[in-house]
Amino acid sequence: MTTDERPPEVAGQAPLEALPIEEDETGWTASVRRRVEKTLPITELLPTKQPAYVGSWVYVFGVVTIAALFWVVLSGVVLAFFGSAWWHVSSVGHFFNSIHFWSVQMFFIFMVLHLWGQFWGAGWRDGRAKTWMVGVVIFAISIGTAFTGYVIQQNFDSQWIAINAKDAINSTGFGGLFNALNFGQMYGLHVMLFPIGVTLLVVLHIIQVRAKGVVRPIDDPLRVAP
Amino acid sequence: MKTSKVDKKTYYRGVAMVPYDLLKEVTIAMIAVLGFVLLLSAVLSSPDVPSVTLQSWSKADPVDFLTTATGELGGSTLVATYGPPYNSGSAAVQSWGPLAPQSWAGVHVPVNAPNDFVLEPLTQATVGDTGLASALSTYRAASGDQQQKWLTNYTTGLGNATVATDGTVNVPSGDYGPVSVLMDRMLTLARSGGLDALLLTSNHFYQTDFTRPLLFLDDGGYIADLATQQKLIGSDWGVMNETGRYPGQAWLWLYTMWYQIPPFNSDTGFLGISTANTDLAVVGVMLLLTALLLLVPFIPGLRDIPRWIPIHRLIWRRHYADMRRQAAADGRAAP
Repeated sequence: MTTDERPPEVAGQAPLEALPIEEDETGWTASVRRRVEKTLPITELLPTKQPAYVGSWVYVFGVVTIAALFWVVLSGVVLAFFGSAWWHVSSVGHFFNSIHFWSVQMFFIFMVLHLWGQFWGAGWRDGRAKTWMVGVVIFAISIGTAFTGYVIQQNFDSQWIAINAKDAINSTGFGGLFNALNFGQMYGLHVMLFPIGVTLLVVLHIIQVRAKGVVRPIDDPLRVAP
Repeated sequence: MKTSKVDKKTYYRGVAMVPYDLLKEVTIAMIAVLGFVLLLSAVLSSPDVPSVTLQSWSKADPVDFLTTATGELGGSTLVATYGPPYNSGSAAVQSWGPLAPQSWAGVHVPVNAPNDFVLEPLTQATVGDTGLASALSTYRAASGDQQQKWLTNYTTGLGNATVATDGTVNVPSGDYGPVSVLMDRMLTLARSGGLDALLLTSNHFYQTDFTRPLLFLDDGGYIADLATQQKLIGSDWGVMNETGRYPGQAWLWLYTMWYQIPPFNSDTGFLGISTANTDLAVVGVMLLLTALLLLVPFIPGLRDIPRWIPIHRLIWRRHYADMRRQAAADGRAAP
């Protein structure tokens, strides 16, 4: 094709030259794209620089919590794939249960340390209250996820924990809605709904942190030009 | 300009930036955590004490099993008189003042102890057993008073029962009516494992709801004895523990703690909180504390604690040292 030749116009379509530039595009898709690009450009999602004050050991707890969650989910996927009874009859299955068990323990230890670190650093300052609140909700749902995991183990612990916990749940009036003695309900919640909730909220939490940046140290005033 | 409204570039103005490799950090964290988890898994494994079945219970402690089954038939056990969500009883219903969510919610997981735990399973086992069918007919045809008389006599007799080496329970003779046959068949059924299956029976093929067998187990003393041996009862911090020397749900420590202290563990109570409504009160306290944790950023005083107790000086120790050096160099007072 020579430079003088142009592609034939398709009936009903505007020539390429007439298309609006990206900033002028309208519609839901363009609006969402502009919002995402403004809120979280790729340079902020995958940063190569960070404030020097982030070089404190406290910040390690956030990333290791995510790392532990990754292994919790991965070992949980293996356990779910082979079925709820597998780990009782297979040494390999028991080992994967142990990985799941200790990943969960690590996840909670790191998460609580992260929570305390953010509390003592008042991580909610400078417009980060929503980030804090999402973190607390993750903590609460994680406790529910772990509880449902304990009552679906199909061993003595699951029996005893379910029997004891039912009274507290029943006292709130939610015993009919959330029946700890109903293995099927607890299994569905544990392997599907709760993990999806935790994972999505963790993704949201990370986006919030990356979009806003890490809060400045207390008594380190922001010097914004008037 | 509010600091919450400034963009990130403005927010970081004047802040020293250092090179950072996010993906490298995440990868190292993944590997490190996996290594630690694999080590713990290989060395410490994880707990898996086998579950209790009605079969194992009836073999290990047949008198306790029969006492419980008799109580279920007579409607005198905790579950038989529990209240919502299982039935219209009131034995386990909790409230605090006018707050009675358990009663408000009503019955949603119906459990009729005499029928679900004893009469219905036995009825299904009558095939080829005319003696059992006859005993069931006699029991059902009797008046309530007569039934209670037989059950009371049998329960008293169980107090002097002996267990033979083959597991047979010998109850001293007495006026038990058809109850001795019913309970004999209950024990036989349980020892064969049939009762475990019959309590899961429903009108559909697949079954994943263990409410009935677990409630039956809960009414007996056997599972509680095993839990006591494993230090899992409420006074041993209950559900946050697990079998063996494993950490359990350690994150429930605050929830479990309330059960160990007054007024939650007190019979006399305070402000309407006592052992009569411990669960409801503890859940209420935890919901309140969770709401406070959630709303820390907005609660004056609570949100100022980190400023008053300067642990942040440890968290950002190097940063504050840099600020002091910079301030000294500029001739300013350090923040």
